[in-house]
Amino acid sequence: MKTKKEIRFFSPDMKMSDLVEINYRLLTVLSRLGMPAGFGERTVAQVCTIAGIDTGAFILICEMYSYQGYMPTDEALKAADPLSVLRYLHISHSFYIEDGFKALEQLMNALVAPCAENQKKIILDFLEGYRNEVEKHFEYEETVFFPYVESAVNGCLSGDYSVSTFEENHSNIEEKLSDLKNIVLKYLPAACSPRLANDVLYALFSLSEDLEKHTNIENHVLVPMVNRLEMKKECR
Amino acid sequence: MKAFLIMPSKVMARGIEGVFSDLGEFKVEGIVSDISAREEVMLKNMAADVVIVDPAVFSHSSRAMARQQISEFTDAAVVAFPSIFMDDDSARQYDAVLSLYDSPADIIHKLRSAISAPRDNVSSDGSELSSRERDILVCVAKGMINKEIADLYNISIHTVITHRRNITRKTGIKTVAGLTVYALLNNLIDPASVE
Repeated sequence: MKTKKEIRFFSPDMKMSDLVEINYRLLTVLSRLGMPAGFGERTVAQVCTIAGIDTGAFILICEMYSYQGYMPTDEALKAADPLSVLRYLHISHSFYIEDGFKALEQLMNALVAPCAENQKKIILDFLEGYRNEVEKHFEYEETVFFPYVESAVNGCLSGDYSVSTFEENHSNIEEKLSDLKNIVLKYLPAACSPRLANDVLYALFSLSEDLEKHTNIENHVLVPMVNRLEMKKECR
Repeated sequence: MKAFLIMPSKVMARGIEGVFSDLGEFKVEGIVSDISAREEVMLKNMAADVVIVDPAVFSHSSRAMARQQISEFTDAAVVAFPSIFMDDDSARQYDAVLSLYDSPADIIHKLRSAISAPRDNVSSDGSELSSRERDILVCVAKGMINKEIADLYNISIHTVITHRRNITRKTGIKTVAGLTVYALLNNLIDPASVE
């Protein structure tokens, strides 16, 4: 059975600087996990150890982040620590709220500044409504689902909650963002600056891409991990 | 005949390609592993005759509406090729359902009859909103529900839903809040009339 070697895109023994060469967008992941540039010749595994994050989990996150439609294998899931994945998702939540949205709101404010008062209000209200929705979505995960994952890892499952409840309630937070993208792209009032419109669009596209990866990590990494834990414990 | 494949499994996609190249008639024009905004745009800009989709690409909650989601972007027949268990209700929405155990000839046969079956044409009516669609968009933006809109214009709820689907396909805007912004920016409604 040893002959079948699984093909992985990133490995613990490669240099961290090479990993960034392969996909520079992973810098976002690295900065969230407290891995600042200046890696020297250190390998992925070494940098992970310094940052206190499980290497298997880190590689899984990088793969999910880099390859569209990537589905982790059972081996990869087994080799990764759920709590490290959880930590990444948690830090990402605060990143979206504190950095992603703040930056977007600033850009948007500047963009619509020359618009008529009522148009300005409509667009900014929509953005604010969306932020509130996302905050609520994250809050549910932080207060209900993540604690459940922690208790599943620690082996004490109790109550009626299970990962399938989470899957059923996992709402789509990208819809409104995509609406906003279309509104700016197609229906922006003529008074707005084209350069600022580009900045806003870049921010919208990259935020929506990031949120998409985030959701994929939740649905295709965290959920199957918890599924396995639930089965192992055979209790509900 | 052009086919567009939406399936995360490369082996399944390769299998379909193999069947097509053996039997001719059909050709794979594109393969994607997921369905997001990017793929939707590809779908819209490609004159595919049939879309073959593995329902596993849809999240648990959106699986029942999967066909509708695809039909918003193309007139093509939509055929399911499930890698996972699919209940009868979900199966009914598709023009055909392929099985992993179908013979190549069966697959071609199913695709052929799926394509020739009559379907509502969705994208033949241009991309500008019609005046009726604008009326309905205004109602939606004002916060009216489908039943109220149907009563107001004396049309069926089904017709309202079709109009709403076309509005979303043309504008790219899916949520009620987004449609409200659209209506306000285009001066279709008075800001004071929004709740």
